[in-house]
Amino acid sequence: MSRTLRVTALAGVLTLAISGCGGVGGGDSGGGGSKGTGALTTMGFGLSDEIAKTRVDAFKRDNPNVDLKITEGAFDEQQFLSAVASGNPPDLVYMDRKLIGTYAKRGSIQPLTDCVDKQQIDLGQYRQAAKDQVTLDGIVYGIPEFSQVRVVYLNETLLKQAGLTADDVDLSDWAALPALNAKLAKVTGGKLTRIGIDPKIPEFLPMWVKANGAEMISADGAKANLNDPKVVEALTTGLKLIQDQGGWGKFKSFRDTFDFFGAQNPLAKNQIAAWPMEEWFLNQVAKNSPKAELVVKPFVDRQGKPLTMSAGQAWVITKGAKNPDAACRFVKQMTATDTWFAAAKARAEARKAANLPFTGVWTGNANADKKIFDELYQPTGNKRFDDAVATIRSAQDAAFAMPASPAGAEFDKAWTDAVNRVLSGQAQPAQALGRAQQEATAALDKAAK
Amino acid sequence: MATTVSAPAPGRRRRTPLARREARWAYLFLAPWIVGFLVFQAGPMIASAWLSFTEYDVINPPEYTGLDNYRELMADPQVARSLGNTVYYTTLHVPLVMAISLGLALLLKRVGRLQGFFRTVFYLPVMTPAVAVGILFLLLLNTQDGLINRALGLVGIDGPSWTTDPDWVLPGIVLMSLWSLGSTVIIYLAALQNVPRDLYEAADLDGAGAWARFRHVTVPLISGSLFFTLIVNTIASLQMFTEVYTMYFGNRQTAGSFNSDAASFYVIHLFQEAFQFLHMGFASAMAWLLFVIILVITVVQVRLSNRFVYYEGEER
Repeated sequence: MSRTLRVTALAGVLTLAISGCGGVGGGDSGGGGSKGTGALTTMGFGLSDEIAKTRVDAFKRDNPNVDLKITEGAFDEQQFLSAVASGNPPDLVYMDRKLIGTYAKRGSIQPLTDCVDKQQIDLGQYRQAAKDQVTLDGIVYGIPEFSQVRVVYLNETLLKQAGLTADDVDLSDWAALPALNAKLAKVTGGKLTRIGIDPKIPEFLPMWVKANGAEMISADGAKANLNDPKVVEALTTGLKLIQDQGGWGKFKSFRDTFDFFGAQNPLAKNQIAAWPMEEWFLNQVAKNSPKAELVVKPFVDRQGKPLTMSAGQAWVITKGAKNPDAACRFVKQMTATDTWFAAAKARAEARKAANLPFTGVWTGNANADKKIFDELYQPTGNKRFDDAVATIRSAQDAAFAMPASPAGAEFDKAWTDAVNRVLSGQAQPAQALGRAQQEATAALDKAAK
Repeated sequence: MATTVSAPAPGRRRRTPLARREARWAYLFLAPWIVGFLVFQAGPMIASAWLSFTEYDVINPPEYTGLDNYRELMADPQVARSLGNTVYYTTLHVPLVMAISLGLALLLKRVGRLQGFFRTVFYLPVMTPAVAVGILFLLLLNTQDGLINRALGLVGIDGPSWTTDPDWVLPGIVLMSLWSLGSTVIIYLAALQNVPRDLYEAADLDGAGAWARFRHVTVPLISGSLFFTLIVNTIASLQMFTEVYTMYFGNRQTAGSFNSDAASFYVIHLFQEAFQFLHMGFASAMAWLLFVIILVITVVQVRLSNRFVYYEGEER
């Protein structure tokens, strides 16, 4: 079947079922080839802030013969696949690391073995959890960028009102969580007006499962383990916390009203007492609620040992990239220690100009983080924020990630569907996870063929 | 345009040179649409028909698998579920849109001088981007603080969990869909304004009441518009995608990570199979199944219309 026919067929699926869902990307060929000059196209990346701009400027400065074309916007699967099917993929794609296993298995992105060798990229500088997500069957397919981790945020104002301290919030003691939750949550007139503990499921279920000593998927991303009793126990624990606060309907509808990005954030409005969340929220608090009584603690497993789930983006080079050499140089430079440091410096200066505290930049490059915090970061003087930064920094060393899987999207759908069925009262945890295990196994087995 | 029409000759009619020239111009003017149809509709449809018999992930060449995709389609509970949801939604949405639109059009017809203003007001929501409608209704349907449940609270009703209770998710989506009924209202209003006034006067003289005039004069004379909107709204309902995808399956920052089986519509499932799971062959089979379903429903509707729809000037 010719490529043209395949492209038209791709359009046909949507023509039949959806009208107006189009959008094919792709870059100009431009050549360049082995010399690594000429055009270099990217997809899924944007120049939204000084972190991005500084690093891109560094590449442009060092590679004046490369015509870098950044198609700004978030990664769009439809756009990417259309570009691949038309034989006109961009050279580089910036995508969520959890997608890499699927695209690697299908052969739409290149192994970076040669790139790493030729450019002498030091893979040892990248955080292990991030590397796990870009490695399939022992082969590296992506270079990690940021490293987002989850920590536990506590509203000390609310803890004090309940007669508690931050030390009393012990997420390792699952049996005590319902009682703690009852002390912190508030229901007024039948309405939930304050969340006690938000387990953040479905999103953070893998972290609760890991804390319970289990894995949802094997390290090679090929076998599902969703019906493990420890997975069921983790889901049951999270479910109980939500049910005790009026059930999923009230809980979610209250949480949907939160504005995490403004001065009226749930911390400022005392709408939530304890919850795990990504580290970026600290920046928002620093910006919008600098006087908030915030305490940040690491998430812990049932033995009390710090634990966090890492996620983020990575750069990949597409199969059919017209300028792989320049693409390789680009990913090396974008994620290099010195480039990250320059970007962090720009961020620190921008924050200083805006009279806001600089709380660090969390990258997938451990060496870059060390340099940033050793040489650039200055304590803000606000003990709460300074302690929080230290906690987040230490959490990076306790990170795990869901491994790359050839059927990552279907695996994710299987377990999130299961959690959603439980939350909406359609199934019990064991039953829902049993079904998810079957669905995930079928998808993984099919993808492995 | 002036035309010269020759008297019909016995046997085969011969077209005049002018008629032939006009026909050529007609084809020329139609050419962009014909080319567009062949390239962007017919071609892709034929190609996707072929793909529906293959295993195809967009990245690698398709492999012929016979009827496997169709067998899998019939056995997939998620396909059955999403199709059931879509049909349920269509069954609720189409009659409601038609009934409410007709009611609004009848009211608008009586407004008089301000009709233009209200016509614009009712049509404006149609101009709202579908993604914005999805986000807007996530807020309006919020269980605790949404405007809809607050309004229900004023009359002593404890509103349901529209977005999380599986029994209420679809009714909530139907409620949202009524936001954009402006097009149907405008079509009905135009049709109502074309009903000859003398027919109402004659009915009055015959002693017909309001209901009898509506039933025996208005409805028959706007039946063409009713039929048109029935067909168009049915097809659009079976293809429901953007608003629901935005609410339940889109960006996690906006839609939340929660989705529900109850919100799984057929085209959403198709989209996920095609672009998230890379099962383009299976998705092609899904697309063709939907095409056949729409075709059958439309044919049935057209057949039934012969009994109920009146076209002015037709001989019956």
